[in-house]
Amino acid sequence: MTETILKIEHVTKRFPGVVALKDVSFEVYRGEVHALVGENGAGKSTLIKILSGVNSLEEGALYLSGRQVKFAKPVEAIEKGISVVHQEIKLVNTLSVAENIFIGRPPMNRFGMLNRRQMNREARALLDRIGADIIDEKTIVSRLSIAEQQMVEICKALSYESEIIIMDEPSATLTNKELTLLFQTLEKLKAMGITVIYISHRLEEIFAIADRFTVLRDGQHIHTGNVAEVDRQRLISMMVGRELENEYPKELMPRGEPILQVSHLNRPGVLKDISFTLYKGEVLGFAGLVGSGRTELARTIFGADYHSGITGEIRVKGMKAEIHKVRHATNQGIALIPEDRKTQGLVLDMGVKENVSMAHITRIMKHGFLNKAEEVKLAREYIEALRIATPDENRQVRNLSGGNQQKVVIAKWLAADSEILILDEPTRGVDVGAKAEIYKLLNTFVKAGKAVIMISSEMPEIIGMCDRVLVFRDGEIMGEFSRDEVTQEKILDVAIQ
Amino acid sequence: METSTAKKKQDPAFWRVIHVINADYNILYVLIGLILILILTEGKTFLSATNIFNVLRQVSMVSILTVGMFFTMVGGGIDLSAGATVGFVGIFFSDLIVNKGVNPYAAIVLGILVGALIGLINGVLVTYVNLIPFIATVGTMSVAQGLGLLWTNSYPVLDLPESIEFIGRGWLFGIPFPLYLVLLVYIVAIIITEKTKYGRFLFATGGNMEAAYLSGINVKAVCLISYVVCSALVAVSSIILCGRLDSAQPANGANWGFDAITACVLGGTSMVGGKGKIAGAFLGALFVGMLANGMTLLNINSNVQTIVKGIVLVIAVGIDTYRNKKLNRT
Repeated sequence: MTETILKIEHVTKRFPGVVALKDVSFEVYRGEVHALVGENGAGKSTLIKILSGVNSLEEGALYLSGRQVKFAKPVEAIEKGISVVHQEIKLVNTLSVAENIFIGRPPMNRFGMLNRRQMNREARALLDRIGADIIDEKTIVSRLSIAEQQMVEICKALSYESEIIIMDEPSATLTNKELTLLFQTLEKLKAMGITVIYISHRLEEIFAIADRFTVLRDGQHIHTGNVAEVDRQRLISMMVGRELENEYPKELMPRGEPILQVSHLNRPGVLKDISFTLYKGEVLGFAGLVGSGRTELARTIFGADYHSGITGEIRVKGMKAEIHKVRHATNQGIALIPEDRKTQGLVLDMGVKENVSMAHITRIMKHGFLNKAEEVKLAREYIEALRIATPDENRQVRNLSGGNQQKVVIAKWLAADSEILILDEPTRGVDVGAKAEIYKLLNTFVKAGKAVIMISSEMPEIIGMCDRVLVFRDGEIMGEFSRDEVTQEKILDVAIQ
Repeated sequence: METSTAKKKQDPAFWRVIHVINADYNILYVLIGLILILILTEGKTFLSATNIFNVLRQVSMVSILTVGMFFTMVGGGIDLSAGATVGFVGIFFSDLIVNKGVNPYAAIVLGILVGALIGLINGVLVTYVNLIPFIATVGTMSVAQGLGLLWTNSYPVLDLPESIEFIGRGWLFGIPFPLYLVLLVYIVAIIITEKTKYGRFLFATGGNMEAAYLSGINVKAVCLISYVVCSALVAVSSIILCGRLDSAQPANGANWGFDAITACVLGGTSMVGGKGKIAGAFLGALFVGMLANGMTLLNINSNVQTIVKGIVLVIAVGIDTYRNKKLNRT
């Protein structure tokens, strides 16, 4: 009855400086929903990239229905029957549903022209097969909801006669209602004998929909088994490699005076009447779905997106602050550690020392010139204090691991004497060990009478590390919970209406 | 094995130099190769003092312009108007002296200011109007070309005063005068790139504009200044050229912009910004100049020379693209 459709054998993937996958082997059965779980940086995305032909396979082997395969390009994977539905939908917004489904190879008539009628008919058939009766094949894609767009993506995959559909965090941006819809679709796919590899951080979904699961941790295969034979606690400890309790080394601080007061902050179309206070010694969490306005609020406070339409008042240590430029914010001791360190936080081709000194370069100036010796000293100080794993201060940050890169970004702002640290997804793509070190750093930071705002989509992190949590929805603060009362369910309930 | 490590340890400075050359100055090997070829084929003529000074004088102008191009390219931009600006500034400044009776030294200052103004326009178009550098500077290129022709109705300006001639042709302590200017420009450029806040900000901005912006760097101002510096240096090389020719032609130096881009890229400056070394750019400029000189010595048809230059530019940029692709494959 169980037939192996995909066999992954001894797959190892190395990148300069890191081994992303170490000797990973497991099997996926035909017609099952196979959940792929693991923390950020566990190697899930690398594995998907190999399965979909984005990254090349150098060590190990892939077998599809018993035959060895090797993909040099994404197209080859699609032709062999593996498609990926990404978290961020990759459809052409201005084209119709049917046009998107057949975008790669639209049906032609014998004159070599587009056969629109046939295209629409075939698109209709595909949509009906997965039960998407509500979607009209002639609708322009931009009018569809995210969940509907996902269905179009699935139809597109089916049009290539895919046997395996990989869904990369499909639920991250869905409402509860839409999630039900997605699950119905997945059931339909199962009934059709299509195999689904399902990636999600939300464990409850895995228990709801998946038949079997595979856990990856630090690039290694930990376990593959039946979902029915595992419970939540066991799954988590497989993912993190130890019990969850010591995962978040939170130290409670007494609340100090207000350090940042935001009142009635409005940014048309993005933020609605935001008011909150951040106290010295506090870690304040911003929870909510992707796109709920948390990042935009951080950038607004930081002066990175200033325009005249923004109204409201920001006070730092009780004094009114006019923040129209990043410089204004940094002068007030505000720092932003952005969500994507590679594109927003670091100059990858520069060394550790140049990145560390960047936000406060006057610190290493002497008589109007850069003092390189001072810069080296500064960098070494932070390499040691933050335990950044680098051979020396000259190493290009491109060659450091994700966790160490994040530490360099943090070092940059500590070196700039920041007092309010806003961290946007600080541990995304950071391995377990470095994560705990970053949390400890935050402890030390607030202990010195400073304050932290932490934006995170990883709920356990928010719950584990924050003194208080604000929950955002559609650019508004919709709920506030203290550390004692906050739970994952309460946050979700407010974040999703 | 012990002896080999011992040998290495004996002369660490030597190995360090080799290491630096391998990493940053591959162009040096190519340059040495070219020089060897020229010595072997046209040894006598090539090595004559006249020719060597001739090459250096020729190179002096492009090498100064190369520094300007280096600034824009490190900042993540490019200045395609450089060649046309050489022509226009030359006409403008020569016309001031010869036809308008302006004091030559005042005209030099005005010429450089007009160059800087063109750079300011480029910079504003790129940073505040948000045009891509390629389009913005092709636009000003055409405008500068047109202005150069219009200014004197396409006529050249002849008979510049001796003081200007000295800048292009003069000798000081047995060395051609323009070489002193080259030395000055390069020393200042090295100090700016290595030792000043602006230099660091320029590299940071070119390396990752968003990260630089989010570190509180005024990235727009940084880019804008790079264009002003570039065009001002273009004006300097234009003035040297006028002195050397004792005249100004609207089409003078029309291809220098491309020579400078070739020089920068050959010397390790990245087309995508954030990377490069001033010394490398100089070696690149030297290579471009010597290649032209060598081909002339070898009696290669000037149209063929143009083709060769184009091929060298494409190869240089190709190598740069390949390097970046390799870096970003992770």
